[in-house]
Amino acid sequence: MALSAAEVLSGLAEIVNDETGIATDAVQLDKSFTDDLDIDSISMMTIVVNAEDKFDVKIPDDEVQNLLTVGDAVNYITKAQG
Amino acid sequence: MVHKVVVTGIGATTPLGGDSKSTWKALLAGESGVTTLSQDWVSQYELPVTFAGQAKVPAKDMLTPQEAKRLDPSSQFALVSAREAWLDAGSPEVSPERLAVEYATGIGGIWTLLDAYDTLKERGPRRVLPMTVPMLMANGPAAAIGMELHARAGVRTAVSACASGTEAIANAFNRIRNGEVDIVVAGGAEAAIHPLPIASFAAMHALSKRNDDPAGASRPYDTARDGFVMGEGAGTLILESEEHAKARGAKIYAEVVGAAVTSDAHHITAPDPEGTAAARAMIGALEQSGSTIDDVAHINAHATSTPVGDIAEYQALKRVFGDKLSTIPVSATKASTGHLLGGAGAIEAIFTVLALHEKTAPPTINLENQDPEIKLDVVVTPRKLEGSHILAITNSFGFGGHNAVVAFRSVE
Repeated sequence: MALSAAEVLSGLAEIVNDETGIATDAVQLDKSFTDDLDIDSISMMTIVVNAEDKFDVKIPDDEVQNLLTVGDAVNYITKAQG
Repeated sequence: MVHKVVVTGIGATTPLGGDSKSTWKALLAGESGVTTLSQDWVSQYELPVTFAGQAKVPAKDMLTPQEAKRLDPSSQFALVSAREAWLDAGSPEVSPERLAVEYATGIGGIWTLLDAYDTLKERGPRRVLPMTVPMLMANGPAAAIGMELHARAGVRTAVSACASGTEAIANAFNRIRNGEVDIVVAGGAEAAIHPLPIASFAAMHALSKRNDDPAGASRPYDTARDGFVMGEGAGTLILESEEHAKARGAKIYAEVVGAAVTSDAHHITAPDPEGTAAARAMIGALEQSGSTIDDVAHINAHATSTPVGDIAEYQALKRVFGDKLSTIPVSATKASTGHLLGGAGAIEAIFTVLALHEKTAPPTINLENQDPEIKLDVVVTPRKLEGSHILAITNSFGFGGHNAVVAFRSVE
């Protein structure tokens, strides 16, 4: 049962909060991981691996660099759920 | 020009308390920080030793979840105690280029290392945390403190087993004495209460096996002593040049007057039974202080509660102090704290400084039948230290034949 984009956003916000302490309601679709949320590459890799576990998807390393905003990640994960 | 060095701040998190004040209070009250371990891995591996001196307050409770996530427990303890010490020193204004860190550990981030290896085996390389290496490296605690306080005059890590903490303080002392820096954040941390070090230390018969009486297990100088007790935590001292401290009106606990580091070159784990090099470290620290054995009013001994080690240190003490030794009050505080390995020298330096500052030598608990071969005046209840400008030394010795001694003088 695939999750909706809203459910993915909410789940991703929890992962980001757990790793960085950023409030879940600050994790919005238009926010850039690096420029707006100030998430470094080390935290980003941890978030990616945790998202893979949580949503049962694969996010190849080559793909991570294209996930600039929270919206990019939500779209990718929503589609990847198949 | 040689600069005078003083202690202007202290911080600790130990099996006796989550800060230096509660630790010192519990020490004076004769408490033990050693308890039975309740972790599943104790029975899972059927460990031969089932107790240790666990930190009274988990470091995680004192940090944000995000701070804790990126720090090995050893660095967590270090940061908690460094923050306390820095605050205690009055958060001094100092040029970052004149601020250094000398912070020790005996083993490093062993929890991080072994957890990550389990993850690698069970879940593959992609699940290994990217921060694994910076978390497990031995300089992790020093780096975490240096980053927090913006120390840019060098952040270094002494690694000399159980002498590490004292060696770090010796290094800090010399940097200020030589005029290189104004302030050094010095100390040591350890978080090695993990089944692997317990198994290893137990295999070499270094640990007490008094499983039915954890609080009585660490008993330096007692005839029934059967090994040391592992402890965890950290201690931090703010060392500062006297002129810098006085210029800002800082509170001064004591003066650091001498330090020396020597090595046995005898055996990887056994101390030199003659104690020659250990004695040279004590003499070196006293010579640097410009004092004689007659000025020494208190000794915080290394005294880990192993049958061989306590005797070897006694032999070294005899070499240095001769007949005078029987008149000097000696405290063996590992009886209360257990042995914090790389953190031991740091918390014992704090105990030595507080003994001078409050003119009170802390007690050595669990001494029921003093080993007749060890003719020391062991302090068993808090004892008043008489006199002004009195000296105290703290000894630390480590696997590898490391000997480190620091001498402090009371400030009136």
